[in-house]
Amino acid sequence: MTEPVLKVEGLKKYFESTSGGAFSKKKVVVQAVDGIDLEVFPGQTLGLVGESGCGKTTVGRTILKLYEPTDGKIIFQGQDITRLSRKKMKPLRSQMQMIFQDPFASLNPRQTVGALIGSTFDIQEITPAGGVMKEVQRLMERVGLNPEHYNRYPHEFSGGQRQRIGVARAIALKPKLIVADEPVSALDVSIQAQVVNLLEDLQQEFDMAYLFVAHDLSVVQHISDRVVVMYLGKVMEEADKADLFSKPRHPYTKALLSAVPVPDPVKGRARERIILQGDLPSPVNPPSGCVFHTRCWKVQDKCHTDVPQLLELSPRHRVACHFPEPA
Amino acid sequence: MKPFLEVKNLFVSFPTEDGVVRASDDISFTVARGETLAVVGESGSGKSVTSLAVMGLHNRKSTNISGQAILNLPTGPVDTISAAPEVVRKLRGKAMAMIFQDPMSALHPYYTIGDQITEAWQLYNDGSKADGIKRAVELLDLVGIPSASKRVKEFPHQFSGGMRQRVMIAMALVNNPSLLIADEPTTALDVTIQSQILQLLRDMQKEFNMAVILITHDLGVVAEVADRVCVMYAGKIVEQSNIDEVYYRPDHPYTIGLLNSIPRVDSIEGRRLLAIPGQPPSLISLPPGCSFRPRCTFSSLVPNKRCAIDVPDLDEKNSAHFSRCFLTEPQLVQLRTPTGVQS
Repeated sequence: MTEPVLKVEGLKKYFESTSGGAFSKKKVVVQAVDGIDLEVFPGQTLGLVGESGCGKTTVGRTILKLYEPTDGKIIFQGQDITRLSRKKMKPLRSQMQMIFQDPFASLNPRQTVGALIGSTFDIQEITPAGGVMKEVQRLMERVGLNPEHYNRYPHEFSGGQRQRIGVARAIALKPKLIVADEPVSALDVSIQAQVVNLLEDLQQEFDMAYLFVAHDLSVVQHISDRVVVMYLGKVMEEADKADLFSKPRHPYTKALLSAVPVPDPVKGRARERIILQGDLPSPVNPPSGCVFHTRCWKVQDKCHTDVPQLLELSPRHRVACHFPEPA
Repeated sequence: MKPFLEVKNLFVSFPTEDGVVRASDDISFTVARGETLAVVGESGSGKSVTSLAVMGLHNRKSTNISGQAILNLPTGPVDTISAAPEVVRKLRGKAMAMIFQDPMSALHPYYTIGDQITEAWQLYNDGSKADGIKRAVELLDLVGIPSASKRVKEFPHQFSGGMRQRVMIAMALVNNPSLLIADEPTTALDVTIQSQILQLLRDMQKEFNMAVILITHDLGVVAEVADRVCVMYAGKIVEQSNIDEVYYRPDHPYTIGLLNSIPRVDSIEGRRLLAIPGQPPSLISLPPGCSFRPRCTFSSLVPNKRCAIDVPDLDEKNSAHFSRCFLTEPQLVQLRTPTGVQS
């Protein structure tokens, strides 16, 4: 069996902040990620979905050590990187890259595209065959940009093109793992498909693993091999794509899927919808027992007190629920 | 009976240093009470500009505008484009109301929710502030905000995104408007909250028998709530018909392309997305002929490259189904089947 590129065990990330305004001394702890296990395999895509505030972005960033993990283990290509220093992380960074959501904020407006993509080589002190400029232009062409635009600045490009710059920068050093945080959600519908297709092609070409973080279930469903559903810092359900989307067993996943609008009027009208009441509770003060019990449509007494464990209910299908849906 | 809103040949453009931006180019549509019209398009397609012009919320100094937007009021028709600003102001909030994408920037951070709704109510009702607050509580209750009498005293930042959108809807409904324009009302929300808000909009439409214009880029949302659809591209309506026609028998290459390019949660087989190539054009320098031609996969089928020179008219290809394309109906029928759109 192949080894996972990335293995995460019991990952926790808590943020401390003050409550009640800037001058308050009272400390509160935001439990953004609260004990998560993940495995990402070479050449595969693990989709990480959930609503805003569920901790999915924090998971992505903590895995890349952009945040110091509070607890748990991050094992990258067999090496425990949980407590590695910045300095020791640096050589590993060529192997693990990130694509950000906002193609406007994530590119330095004062650098040309050539410098933006080329700096990845400088930082790692790598000289590609044929020189940096030639390699950058080759990358630009690969991601569908005109290599003649080497000296242009980010503002001269559209949103979709900028996201291509972000993609070129991420793949420049042929990483083994890319964390893509909402890479297409800022793009127009007709451009989203272009970038999704590009990401799929590059994955095949370079045998990269993706951790694809997104809230849009349609996109995650399209691109992922396996999917993890998060809610309030915890994993609710994890399964292979086809299994999760055709037979969701956690009431939250089921409600989430039923809420996704389908671009098909007849199906849309006929669909049974589970409308969840209320909002996501605050991660500062998560509900007792099952964190989903405040909004769950199947809630019973037990859910208020006992935390459900993430159990493998059928092969490769893990669910954290006291009363899962039948298989 | 005439539909409540009739927009006729609306042109909106902005002169800028780089040239004239043609944001709405010959837009015509109608919406009746009790009906939902979805205006679909990507950013820059002119969908928001059109609705702002109808509401009279455009900047009169920097905007060139022509055409008509007629509200058929019980007291007689009023054209909001040619009417004086004071007249249009008296219609806003009562005859027509609007909700915006981002409730945080549309609500005033310094005033309580109750004060803001009361202000809107007092514009058209003689009553004390206490009466206004009472009405505000009523509406907050109606839009599903729990413990409304307590929350009416709170400020916008104390509400979650979904709750703020409910507040916006409550405020828009306070004077029983006949027309509600919702500009991307659920785009900033999570899906579970989105489905709550869409349900609420449907319920409120029934309750008040409103004409609703829903502006969105999300073809899933459109399929759930719309009766009729206008598809916009580069400032023009390229296709217009009832919902089932547009989804099952799309008659414009752009609509066909859009429907093929979106991933769908209801089909698990891993088909590659058929992306529309290229970028939407700049509204300052539109290509000659059909604006969609540079990205159109089917343009080679048009005889004599006509779409490179002439702008196609919005023709009725089928009964009440309009499309702005030189291809004939039999040609379009062939194009939509092999690419996977259901027939």
